[in-house]
Amino acid sequence: MEVPILKQGPYLIASIQSALSDNDLVRLRDGLVEQVGRLRSRGVIVDVTALDVMDSFATRTLRDLGRMIRLRGADTVIVGIQPEVAYTMVQLGLTLEDIATALDLEEGLALLQRKATAPGNETSSRGR
Amino acid sequence: MRRAPVDAERQQLHSTTSLGLASARNRERVLEETCIPIQSDGDIVGARQNGRGLAAQLGFSPSDLTLIATAISELARNILLYARRGEIILKLVEQGETRGIIVTAHDKGPGIPDISRALEAGFSTSRSLGLGLPGVRRLMDEFEIVSDVGLGTTVTVKKWAK
Repeated sequence: MEVPILKQGPYLIASIQSALSDNDLVRLRDGLVEQVGRLRSRGVIVDVTALDVMDSFATRTLRDLGRMIRLRGADTVIVGIQPEVAYTMVQLGLTLEDIATALDLEEGLALLQRKATAPGNETSSRGR
Repeated sequence: MRRAPVDAERQQLHSTTSLGLASARNRERVLEETCIPIQSDGDIVGARQNGRGLAAQLGFSPSDLTLIATAISELARNILLYARRGEIILKLVEQGETRGIIVTAHDKGPGIPDISRALEAGFSTSRSLGLGLPGVRRLMDEFEIVSDVGLGTTVTVKKWAK
């Protein structure tokens, strides 16, 4: 299952449309990490609204995705974690740790824009 | 149950929460049963979607359906990671007034030499997070694991519709 990646200005938006296999998730991670360089993007949003399950593998892969993209000099926001998925993640003790989350696409874009204009951003995101 | 060779290490671990073992002894009537072979990562998705669909028939809440699907996902992945192939058996059962789903993950892989260690949070011998088994145990109402080194592992978990 291919995840469509949309370029919107300086940002990339990956909208997961259905359940993903482990290989699909790894392909999404590697695809975004590559495209962030090719398209010189400053931020990435991964919309997981349609994801049926966030198990240990999905959580780790999304966390890795965010960290890899940060190493490439861009920010990542995971949006759309559903209430029951959040509940299960808490029960399992799974967290995205240092990766930003937002309610939905709109909030995710607002968060990226705030980060871009925040004073000291050059050192906080690019300098890591 | 297979007979384990004399030198094979055999371990069992049972844990039950909320519903006592006494009630688990009662006969469960199987309403529906399906077996899903696990041999590729696409099968993990198939198994958890199948399980969610079956459990939905029993009126589980959306949160419980996600817990069940996630537990199936972890169990199916364990099969792939450690045994390469195996099967997930899904059963809808009725026990007196209560209905529930029983998920059995069965493989003929290498087995688990130290079950209590495998159930410790943070322990993993493979590339996973080590949350697999302890996590699944936390998500479900009942948990049982039987592992014979060299013969395989069977994990059985149950969730009752409240």
